Amino acid sequence: MTHLPRRTRRPRTALLVAATSATALALAACSGGSSASDGGTGGATDGGDLVFAVQNDPISLNPSGTGSGNDTLYVTRQLVDSLLYQDPKDGSLEPWLASSWTASKDARTFTFTLRDDVTFSDGTPLTAQSVKDTFDDIVKNGAKSLNAIGSFVGLDKVVAKDEHTVEVDFTTPNAAFPQATSQVALGILAESTLRTPYDDRADGTKVVGSGPFVLDHYTKNVEAVLTKRAGYAWAPASFDNTTGAHLDTVTFRVVPEAGVRTGTLTSGQSDVVGGVQPNDVAQLDSAGLPVVHRANPGVVFGLTFNESSTFGKDPELRKAVALAIDPKQVQQAALDDLFAVATSPLGTTTPGYADESAHLGADPDEAKKVLDADGWTSGSDGARSKGGKPLTLTIQWISNFAPNQTSLELVQQQLKAVGIDVRLESSPVPDFLQKLQSGDFDAAWGNSSRADGDILRTSYSSAASNYYRVDDPTLEKLLQGQLAAGDDTQRAALLAQAQERIVEQHHQVPVHELTSILGTQKDVHGVTLGADSRLDLLVDATKG
Amino acid sequence: MLRYVAGRLGQALLVLWAAYTVSFFVLWALPSDPVSLLLGTDPSDVTPEQLAAVRHEYGLDQPLLVQYVHQLGDVLHGDLGRSVSTRQPVTTLLGDAIGPTAQIAAAGLLLAVLLGGGLAVAATLTRNRRLAGTLLGLPPLGVAVPGFWFGLVLLQCFSFRLPLFPAIGDDGLASIVLPAVTLALPTGAVIAQLLSKSLTAALREPYAETARAKGASPARVHLRHALRNASLPALTAAGLLVGGLLGGTVVTETVFSRPGLGRLTATAVQSQDVPVVQGVVLVGATVFVLVNLAVDLVYPVLDPRVEQWRRRRTPRGHGTPAAVPQPA
Repeated sequence: MTHLPRRTRRPRTALLVAATSATALALAACSGGSSASDGGTGGATDGGDLVFAVQNDPISLNPSGTGSGNDTLYVTRQLVDSLLYQDPKDGSLEPWLASSWTASKDARTFTFTLRDDVTFSDGTPLTAQSVKDTFDDIVKNGAKSLNAIGSFVGLDKVVAKDEHTVEVDFTTPNAAFPQATSQVALGILAESTLRTPYDDRADGTKVVGSGPFVLDHYTKNVEAVLTKRAGYAWAPASFDNTTGAHLDTVTFRVVPEAGVRTGTLTSGQSDVVGGVQPNDVAQLDSAGLPVVHRANPGVVFGLTFNESSTFGKDPELRKAVALAIDPKQVQQAALDDLFAVATSPLGTTTPGYADESAHLGADPDEAKKVLDADGWTSGSDGARSKGGKPLTLTIQWISNFAPNQTSLELVQQQLKAVGIDVRLESSPVPDFLQKLQSGDFDAAWGNSSRADGDILRTSYSSAASNYYRVDDPTLEKLLQGQLAAGDDTQRAALLAQAQERIVEQHHQVPVHELTSILGTQKDVHGVTLGADSRLDLLVDATKG
Repeated sequence: MLRYVAGRLGQALLVLWAAYTVSFFVLWALPSDPVSLLLGTDPSDVTPEQLAAVRHEYGLDQPLLVQYVHQLGDVLHGDLGRSVSTRQPVTTLLGDAIGPTAQIAAAGLLLAVLLGGGLAVAATLTRNRRLAGTLLGLPPLGVAVPGFWFGLVLLQCFSFRLPLFPAIGDDGLASIVLPAVTLALPTGAVIAQLLSKSLTAALREPYAETARAKGASPARVHLRHALRNASLPALTAAGLLVGGLLGGTVVTETVFSRPGLGRLTATAVQSQDVPVVQGVVLVGATVFVLVNLAVDLVYPVLDPRVEQWRRRRTPRGHGTPAAVPQPA
């Protein structure tokens, strides 16, 4: 049905194809055929304009500023390069703008040696001073550089040692810093950008990086159009193509509705769509369109208790909830196979992830025993109470992920089966945020993405946002310890212990991983998701 | 007449001030604040002191009344402030958004008048009772169908299945058709309901009878005599209809991935970007006020009785026609 109108016009289409091919051949002959030479041997096709439909307007193209999250970073990743690159295959760090780097044993001093052949798109060279100025600019602008400022807690100074060596000194350990430098938010900017007042950078016209693409124009709520940068030659070694992009242009088109994005792909109006919802995957599959997906690193979707609340501060109640929830059922009812059942507070793609499934697993009967022993007795309707006080758990959630409601309704049933009365409170983001900040809630449902185990510290340390008011000195020691670890092995061991501690103490009940999904046309290749499960550099991407 | 217009303009300014003031305080009464919302709900290492510094820089830490007085002063000088989330001037954001919205709103209004008016005339003109019944059954449907759903159906049928119109991108007139139809549906339905009712009533009036007795054709009686009088109630509702059209752009622009005031409003409300929301409120209120003013000025032209009534009677009387202007 979908292709009917096209089929009836086949003769005309054939003619058009013939005409186009003829024109292309003629053009190739004229230009000496330099770019078409590897087309037939399975090599990459050069040229082409990629239309990429994303959900949200980027809002701000200033890399360290506040955009709309993933969709902003899809665009800015193509404009700025980072000191290091994080390989999505194993989460390891590799050279990018920095050809090498060292970390001191106390995890307070980091030294980066820069490549000497990199230039910004305005022609100025990348130097140690560029790195220093970029980092100083982030710190100077404080919370305005929201995406980046958190990585500089305890910063002492950034020193340009010589033209191509830069040293970053912290007063407190920050073992997560090398990974942080691989994020778009810490991407290195040219002097001309840094001279522009922070407030005037959002529209991107003043954002000059060293990336494989440059901004042609950005129209709010419509599109951001990027063009290939000539002379780019410093993509990370993990890419097949370390020189300039194959594509001529990339247009990120803002299409807020998920169903409309899918429709533009199936009808050939776009080449790639982002933010594919779980229930749209089947439609793409049936249309024979490839799906690119990757599990998100960071804290998985699950239930986290507010341990200053009456419910959350009782370890027996937390344990009963953990035993009563069956994540496998949730995955089957609300999601599909692209979304894995959680095996730790961290997703499997997070560097430092440790499999804690030995400590996890649903056991409703055991949950009932725990509640019995804790003094919560069942009434005639199965609902439990203690001293006339009913056992009620209120769960706060936001609709940032479509299946949340189905997942939570199932959790509600599972908890009801053991006698816990669950109230689900869905609220708009501002109300949710206010609840987290004020501590007026029992438990919250959600996740948080970052490609480093340090996300556990920002989530559960009482020294960070402290939304969950966790009072666990053992855990706090592990979370601070991993940040001070001198080498990766030691750090991984501490992170593993922290994950074990979180599931053993039931600070969080892990339920399912989040997966980022892109849909593409069949002739689009090399569009991949990075270590953060956001769009990676498009240097390998081809169309046609 | 001049004094009348001046009086009306004064009232209009009062309405604008009231809309601005009410929206200011309502927005600040909402939970959380725009700077916290920039941070989002993910845990982070950003300290409360760092957030407080930004609030201070943006002047958001001042007492509410002080902020209000400052902002109002700026507005009177034509400065609507800067967006909290992008720091771009609100006037720039509004300027960029008004054009695309005006395109689909104007096309939508035109379509609504043609479709709604056409349907009402056809339904009252036809002698086929069944056809009239079917036609008159359509407007309630048009009012009831959600614009969101209708827009998606249009896209599915005429962009994804039959590649007639683009779903994304700006392709000139072709990009305006589907959004305009989506916007026109509820407005056209209301026009059809109002007009068919008043047409039916007008056709029973003695002057219509007279026209018929003089040998005028049904079409002439309709178009020349009845329609002019019957259009007054629909014209009175024009302010409401245009308001409805502007409100409809929030959904329409989202479904059709178009820029404009609706999209600007949706994102600004989500992030509690108060200066932007207030800019939109001002634009909306201005349009509303201007349309009503225009209707009041056009009224005497369409219905000379209004002008005569105003001249003859100084004090207010009973049996006031709809939207009667104040005595001059």
